[in-house]
Amino acid sequence: MFPEFVDTRPLRRAVDDALNWVVANWGGAFEAAARPLLGLLNAIQFALLATPWWVIIALVTLAAWLATRQWKLPAIVFAALIFLGVMDLWEDAMITTALMIAATLTAIVVSIPVGVWMSRSLRVRQVITPILDLMQTLPSFVYLIPTVMIFGPGKIPALLATIVYAAPPLVRLTDLGLRSVDPAVIEASRAFGANPGQRLLGVQIPLALPTILAGINQTTMMALAMVVIASMIGAGGLGYQVLQGIGRLEVSRGLFAGLGIVVLAIIFDRVTQSFGKQLQARIGLQEVRI
Amino acid sequence: MNAIRYDSSDVAIRMRNVTKIFGKNSLAAQALLDAGRSKTDVQAETGCVIGLNDVSIDVAPSQIFVVMGLSGSGKSTLIRHVNRLIEPTSGEILVDGADVRQMANDELRHFRRHKVAMVFQKFGLLPHRSVLDNVAYGLEVRGVGRHARLEKAAKWIETVGLAGYEKSRPRELSGGQQQRVGLARALALDTDILLMDEAFSALDPLIRSGMQDQLISLQRSLNKTILFITHDFDEALKIGDRVAVLRDGVVQQQGRPEEIVLRPANDHIEQFVRDVNKARAIHVSSIMEQGKFSVCDAAVPPTARCDDVLPLFAANQWVGVIDEFGHQIGRVTSQQVIAALARHTPPARQLLQASPGEQHE
Repeated sequence: MFPEFVDTRPLRRAVDDALNWVVANWGGAFEAAARPLLGLLNAIQFALLATPWWVIIALVTLAAWLATRQWKLPAIVFAALIFLGVMDLWEDAMITTALMIAATLTAIVVSIPVGVWMSRSLRVRQVITPILDLMQTLPSFVYLIPTVMIFGPGKIPALLATIVYAAPPLVRLTDLGLRSVDPAVIEASRAFGANPGQRLLGVQIPLALPTILAGINQTTMMALAMVVIASMIGAGGLGYQVLQGIGRLEVSRGLFAGLGIVVLAIIFDRVTQSFGKQLQARIGLQEVRI
Repeated sequence: MNAIRYDSSDVAIRMRNVTKIFGKNSLAAQALLDAGRSKTDVQAETGCVIGLNDVSIDVAPSQIFVVMGLSGSGKSTLIRHVNRLIEPTSGEILVDGADVRQMANDELRHFRRHKVAMVFQKFGLLPHRSVLDNVAYGLEVRGVGRHARLEKAAKWIETVGLAGYEKSRPRELSGGQQQRVGLARALALDTDILLMDEAFSALDPLIRSGMQDQLISLQRSLNKTILFITHDFDEALKIGDRVAVLRDGVVQQQGRPEEIVLRPANDHIEQFVRDVNKARAIHVSSIMEQGKFSVCDAAVPPTARCDDVLPLFAANQWVGVIDEFGHQIGRVTSQQVIAALARHTPPARQLLQASPGEQHE
């Protein structure tokens, strides 16, 4: 056995006590701070559930057609959505989609500025990169338990856990995209006296957009990967069906809900990727492959 | 002679003792440089790269000043000092009397937006914008309204001969067309000073020659001060009113093209001169017989070069040289031109010596 040099029990106890103290004294404040997130999630969920199923199918199929201008992807998307409806997964799929969209939107709002900041300073990158590594590798239960303790079980910890897991690729790809913009173009914009804001919005972001879109695509996929874990703490949706399937040893329920998740992933992945390709073709940059 | 005379107040761009050292240990490198050590020595000892070493040039208004040097000579570094894309380590840079080094960030941006425009070797066009929006880019940065800037951009697109391509994307154009977009973008700003960093180097020879002619005629009508960077000696002689030759960050020689061709300062420049078309460099005014002669049938301005008069000798014995008022100030004969060219051509005896059977040195 590894010899015990230091007694770590006080440290452990301090961490536990600190968390309890935060829960007791700041729990309300945290909950209040997270209320806008909850509001966003609920609004999206309400909108998706209130919209008739055929309108959603029509809109998503249209988006698929606009993204590719071919019949193949819309046909796949149409079949996939019909599958969700036929298998009685529609409502759960909408709840899961709402969670994914809310997480992705929040991740975009947070990640893109962080990515911009990283791309501008080597030191910031050196600090943030290990944090991103931590966010992606730390088992989600480790931060799920404190968040549940602070916010109580429900949608907020589920949403936060999803954001923590899904945001890093977007930060990384925003940083990468901005740093790979052709230096000759950047230099030209400097030579013409563009200020940092004009340079960022007029040159860097537009040219990095295909890479940033690839990051958003990755974020949606990671968010969907979290739905089962999120449902354990009260997010509901397809993940909850999977959990119930496991709990009741009802293989069919778990299988079809799992397939529902896959179907959602395929729809979002293909549609966003096609939009990204279309954009790249318009800008004339080489394709970003992840 | 038509040398442009100017006093110190009449200088568009003045660089005085500008030194640029890339690397962390610039103080030590500077000390070694001051002690007279070479660029390679300094690099070996301090790890610093010498970009420019004590460069002083004066560019007069309405002049095309060409800085010529091979790759690594520091010419691209030099031009970037004028609009401070690169900060000098030491020295003074004045543009229209304003000290570029002293400018605060917002002053520098104002200066870049209104005083100097730049054309790049790699074009530096925005791939996601149309040709029209690219040409309008500088005006957009300056804050000109959409309607006004697009109108102006359209005019310049026409001037550089790209009418009809307004809606195209840069990647749909050839290299020459892309550089015309770059040129139009710079001209649209209507600045007094134009910086051209190897602007034509990436183009095919024929296209390049056409662009050079276009630049010369544009300069005549717009009267801009142009600082032009090139690695091509022929190009320098063709378009330059004044030429500076740069090597290892040091100005080896500067003067009018013919001064450099007629009196190369060292072996390095001699090597360039050897391969050059001297007829293009030597002005007729420097070899003409001055005085009153009967008026010749054919006449050229004093700025004409030997290259320009040669075809005239097919039909004329003499070619007159007339000043800007139309008065004949001298004349040249084909013999004078041939003598001038022959004098500066490597003597043929080297070839004779190398004839078979003779022993080598």
